[in-house]
Amino acid sequence: MVKNFGYKILSDASIDFDRNDKRIADYLKAHEPSMNLCIGCGSCTATCSAGHFVDFNIRRIHTFIRRGETNQVKRDILKCMFCGKCQLVCPRGVNLRNVILTINRAIEQTG
Amino acid sequence: MKIEGKRSIWKEYQKEIADDRYFYVRSCVRQNFFPGSEKTFLRIMKDVLHKDVFENASHTTCSGIGYHSDVVPFETAMTMVARQFAIMTEAGYENFTTSCITSFGLYSEILETWHHFPEVEERVRQHLINATGRTFNKPANLAHASDVIFKFRKEIAAGGMYRLINKHTGKPLQVVEHIGCHYSKMFPAKGVGGAEYPYVLAGMIEDWGGDVIDYPERRHCCGFGFRQYLIQANRGYSLACSKKKFDSMAPYKPDFILTNCPGCPMFLDRWQYALSEMEGITYGENGLGIPVLTYEELAGMILGYDPWDLGLQVHQVPVEPLLDKIGIPYDSKRKFLTMDGKMMGQPKAPSHLKFYQHE
Repeated sequence: MVKNFGYKILSDASIDFDRNDKRIADYLKAHEPSMNLCIGCGSCTATCSAGHFVDFNIRRIHTFIRRGETNQVKRDILKCMFCGKCQLVCPRGVNLRNVILTINRAIEQTG
Repeated sequence: MKIEGKRSIWKEYQKEIADDRYFYVRSCVRQNFFPGSEKTFLRIMKDVLHKDVFENASHTTCSGIGYHSDVVPFETAMTMVARQFAIMTEAGYENFTTSCITSFGLYSEILETWHHFPEVEERVRQHLINATGRTFNKPANLAHASDVIFKFRKEIAAGGMYRLINKHTGKPLQVVEHIGCHYSKMFPAKGVGGAEYPYVLAGMIEDWGGDVIDYPERRHCCGFGFRQYLIQANRGYSLACSKKKFDSMAPYKPDFILTNCPGCPMFLDRWQYALSEMEGITYGENGLGIPVLTYEELAGMILGYDPWDLGLQVHQVPVEPLLDKIGIPYDSKRKFLTMDGKMMGQPKAPSHLKFYQHE
């Protein structure tokens, strides 16, 4: 029986690379290696159709995945409309639509 | 622990600690939290080290707890501290020794303020004259009581009955030392060893036979943080800080935690109970917690004082496993007896954190 003392343990905002879940990052690296070419310029986010209307940011999703902070990724990734504009403007030729699909597959497989 | 770099830093921060004739001021809260500690300090100073330690019952709070909770203005705090100095001056002493780390930090802060802003000191002197008619001399030496025990640690070791050695394995006990934030984080030069690697407790542990554990969150706050705890809604921050430290130290399997602050042993001890009730986590071996000691309690144990005279029965985490490891005898039946032999009552067993059964 968990006791309620009137307060909870508030976790801090530190990023723990030793403990965070890197499974999506590893899956993405294995199945869409072009993502490794990303230089984080943010062009994908700047042109994003979905990001124009809702809080959706591909560069941030990529950062979360690399940090192993997957909860927010699972929530945000559903907002992509697969228009492919990100892929058109990417200066490094990252196959971004497949990145999104791969992340979805990784989430299905890792739960 | 890699020690070379730390030793060079410790050498840079050596402070002057008075040799005798101490004016001792108690903590507001320690006698409630760990009631044997201050008494043990006085006992060691008088009976073992034969030093002159003077207390005056009319000394008050330094107001540090209110100052750091934002309810007492600095001007008021300075005037109250000036009154403590006046009482010391009237008693004919000039070496000021505090039991509390936050007091030590506040006294250091005020003396430093007066050093840089003499006009503030003059104003406070006038406040004190207006309020009480008293005048004062500033202390010639300001030391925390753990500094004093540190200074005489070798004498205590020489006169001690026990060492921090596991009697079953013959190996040194693994000890986590935790220094109160207000000891040297504000004024590194005021603490033995500075802010980054304070040596005051590490020195005691080494000279009394133990090994110091160097773990990642060693210098993290215990979680007290005043406003983190005093407001109930904020207590989750306090608990999170303690949990962060426990998670960080647990893999090193510490035999106990040594502290020199009023708040740190309180929170490192009691939060182990709260964490066990809220999440079912325990950090010691076999469902036990990690015992938490004050430096006076540890010095008393080394000197062979009765554990129940040291107040070890009021700890949340049972200390008996540690006593058994060192080989210190104790009478389990006397644990919850008062000084005059009456039963003081026994706490209910926690859901997860185990009570200790004598082997």
